[in-house]
Amino acid sequence: MHEDRFPGHKFLPYILIAPSIAVIFIFLVGPFGQSIRESFFVSTPFGTKTIFVGFRNYIRLFSSPEYQSSVITTLKFSAFVIFVGLSISLGIAQLLNQKIKGVGFYQIALIWTYALSPTVAGVIWASMFAPATGLVPYIVSRLSGGYTLNWMTNGRVALFVVAAAATWKMLGYNIIFFLAGLQNVPGEFLEAAQIDGATPWKAFWRITFPMLSPTTSFLLFVNMLYAFFQVFGLIDIMTRGGPGNATELLVYKLYRDGFIHLNTGFASAQSLVIFIVISTVAIVQLRIATRKAIYFR
Amino acid sequence: MSKMTRKKRHDIIIHGILILLVIILAFPVVFAIITSTLSFQESYEYPPKLIPGNQFVKNISDAWDRANMGRLFFNSTLISVVVAVVKTILALMAAFAYTHFKFPGRGLLFSVCMITQMLPLPVRIVPTFQLMATFGWINSYYALMVPFFASTTGLLLFRQFFMTVPVDLPDAARVDGASPMRYFLQILVPISKTNIAALFVIEFIFMWSQYLWPLIVTTTGEMRVVQIGIKMLLASEQIAPEWNVIMAGTVITMLPPLIVLLLLRKSFVQGIAMQTSK
Repeated sequence: MHEDRFPGHKFLPYILIAPSIAVIFIFLVGPFGQSIRESFFVSTPFGTKTIFVGFRNYIRLFSSPEYQSSVITTLKFSAFVIFVGLSISLGIAQLLNQKIKGVGFYQIALIWTYALSPTVAGVIWASMFAPATGLVPYIVSRLSGGYTLNWMTNGRVALFVVAAAATWKMLGYNIIFFLAGLQNVPGEFLEAAQIDGATPWKAFWRITFPMLSPTTSFLLFVNMLYAFFQVFGLIDIMTRGGPGNATELLVYKLYRDGFIHLNTGFASAQSLVIFIVISTVAIVQLRIATRKAIYFR
Repeated sequence: MSKMTRKKRHDIIIHGILILLVIILAFPVVFAIITSTLSFQESYEYPPKLIPGNQFVKNISDAWDRANMGRLFFNSTLISVVVAVVKTILALMAAFAYTHFKFPGRGLLFSVCMITQMLPLPVRIVPTFQLMATFGWINSYYALMVPFFASTTGLLLFRQFFMTVPVDLPDAARVDGASPMRYFLQILVPISKTNIAALFVIEFIFMWSQYLWPLIVTTTGEMRVVQIGIKMLLASEQIAPEWNVIMAGTVITMLPPLIVLLLLRKSFVQGIAMQTSK
């Protein structure tokens, strides 16, 4: 190990980490603590006074039908983005991880969408699905013999379209990591399995997939953060949570309650609930990642 | 069938599937580029046009004027470059401290750095905004940049790499009488350049994509960023959205991060590969 390569420099390490620690305390830990505090208060209109209300923000939150529906919408949306996204990416990465010519070209040609922002992805998909005049409604109408696809009035279609756009944008990122993970699976293992008569399908699930588990668990976490938060721009550009509240994800509701309705206590309570969910998943993720590989028997 | 031809046929199928995938994945962007070359009338033709027009330059200049894109481009470039550079420097310094020194509180302080992962903006958004107001940072570059300076991604990336450097290297430097900072700046940082490039790509794209935070902490047209420019183009619709102009704005918005990714793609892919192999 590297520890203590330069004995006698007692203060230097502290000086080296001081800027990072300062930023973390001032802009992350401090505000987070404040967020916990504010979740137990309500502020009067114009923010002149704050009143301690105990758990009332939380009670109001969990008994609110809008919040419950937002939770369900977020779960559906994230499940789609995570499972559809990761499955397709792993399939593509597996195809790429072969001894064929031009791998370098395919690699960049399949990952470049990583550089697009959620907002850019959102606006492009919104144009492709533009009701009545867009390309996709045209194709759907031709194929179905006149069905009018309007995602601006049909909530279920809207949720599907935003989820598909979000998934598409994330494919590049997922492919990069899966490909890197696959390249670390020792070839001898797979050859040995082949000699023992295992089918490629069986070899994949018994050897490759377990050995990929650190990568998969990392990507699960990153994709969850993405589906929970980073898609805000995509939602704001495409649907603003509508039609009705069909695409109102938790992060969008949080923004609306905190910054449009200026209900800071209520918004802080929502922040805290989201934090609990994320930290739970983060801890599980770290456990899996540090165990290196999980073998399913 | 001989082994050779079977291998060949297998390869042709793989190439076919891969090329198809490349086209499918790229299609939305190709469609956006086509739309950005059409006139307003052409963009509303039915069935939709899939052949480029010749209005690209006009659409770009319309988008540029309407959303004050010049200024937005400057803002986005500035914050993305500064944040990516500062994050890289802070992460290098912290990773050096955690891997090369033993000091009281090291484990605890490392955990503090790791919790940044669990505190993304939305779980502290209201108080962080209030803090900006207290500092008088609303509508300033400080608000757009400083809260982003800490990076777990960078710390982990460099920590992992530093631990693979043979211990003889710092030991030899020490025996030769080099100070730790000299070893850090003249040996460790230069050999980390692949990881530095990889982190730069990640952080540049991350900052260029920021939307929610700039939406909250800026209110003037002067301080907005490009992502919000797209929203402004979309909102400035009169009767029907002018998709040709909106897509022109979108196309120029996606160029800078794409260029960064393409220029540094080798280091980027290598850096990720290094991080994944533990």
